[in-house]
Amino acid sequence: MKIIATDRKGAEHTIEGRDGWSVMEILRDARLPIAAECGGACACATCHVYVTDGWYEKLSPPSDAEVDMLDMALAVEPTSRLSCQISCAPEIDGIKVTIAPE
Amino acid sequence: MSIETDVAIIGAGPIGLFAVFELGLLDLKTHLVDILDRPGGQCTELYPEKPIYDVPGLPIVTGQELTDRLLEQVKPFHPAFHFGEMASGLEKLSDGRWKLTTDAGTEIVAPVVVVAAGGGSFVPKRPPIAGIEAYEGKSVHYAVRRMEQFRGKNILIAGGGDSALDWTINLAPLAAKLTLVHHRDGFRAAQHSVNQMRELAAHGRINFEIASVKALHGADGQLHSVTLSGADKKEWEHLCDTFIPFFGLTMKLGPIADFGLNLTENLIAVDTAKFESTTPGIFAIGDINTYPGKLKLILSGFHEAALMAQAAFHIVKPNEKLRFQYTTSSSSLQKKLGVA
Repeated sequence: MKIIATDRKGAEHTIEGRDGWSVMEILRDARLPIAAECGGACACATCHVYVTDGWYEKLSPPSDAEVDMLDMALAVEPTSRLSCQISCAPEIDGIKVTIAPE
Repeated sequence: MSIETDVAIIGAGPIGLFAVFELGLLDLKTHLVDILDRPGGQCTELYPEKPIYDVPGLPIVTGQELTDRLLEQVKPFHPAFHFGEMASGLEKLSDGRWKLTTDAGTEIVAPVVVVAAGGGSFVPKRPPIAGIEAYEGKSVHYAVRRMEQFRGKNILIAGGGDSALDWTINLAPLAAKLTLVHHRDGFRAAQHSVNQMRELAAHGRINFEIASVKALHGADGQLHSVTLSGADKKEWEHLCDTFIPFFGLTMKLGPIADFGLNLTENLIAVDTAKFESTTPGIFAIGDINTYPGKLKLILSGFHEAALMAQAAFHIVKPNEKLRFQYTTSSSSLQKKLGVA
């Protein structure tokens, strides 16, 4: 599966996802500038992305813990998610995300 | 006046704390500086209640529990803590020792400095609003140090966590007007605080807006109004003279970047025998260092602390022979630990 990620400069990167990995892990592995300070524990809101182009609605909805943690993210939009909470799977092949400002 | 000690440690997270223990066994005295107001670093700031499963010998331990256990372990060595202070300067003295200064004016002189600063200093998250820097310190604040400073102000608080709610409640009686702005009608905060805030709003003592701050307007650092954006992207101007955003903390390398150390992608390059940086006498352990094969694990930091301590001993006490001993069998170590 592919992840299409837009960085903070607006450049688009097509990255190979891996089933079972989180989108955060894939972005970090591709050395995109995602802080992910807590390492994927849904505890810091520094892996914040916008899920664009209709992909937000195709994801299973965020957990209460993620919705709460988004309160600590900056510039939250209706399509905001924490990328450590999105799992790669064939159903989201082609998902588009934009790394939120820091 | 400068404090003199054997080892100055930047960071009182788990690795800085364990360094106190390893150095203490070798009779080295320590002072620790941490920007947070309590020990534990990421463990207590980011995930105090999350269980950790990979600390050897502790099948399950939370960040807070691990910190508490480490504090208990280092107690016999009486480390001195300087909390709420950011290590801001490092200077080599003519006698070969180092002088570490903090933003509170504390000066610590020691032959050895250990950087155990994790991901750097925890600093408030700054909302990505154009030009916000120009207002900081004057009309945009990230913390409330003196409540009196906010008396009679027209305050805008942003955020949905405990800090945002607590300060909304505490500043409401002092403020001329107070508005809380949050992107949703839900909060990551204690329920009683949320109830209290809603009560204040219901009685017209504060305003609560479901919106986000898009732009700041003012001159010479003095805020005059902000642009808020609510549901359906509807935008309006909101008058206020003070803006206090509360979005928690993030880690920034901060002044350590200017210490003249050899950095690789904001990490301090060290050798794997002593975990010393390329600057003699300056060591780096835990998440802040890098070397081939580095793993950012608490257990790796513990190992690094033990080896660092051996090397630090030779710098602090160049004419003494290091006697390697085990806590199980050494009565002198047991005496230091207060168990013999």
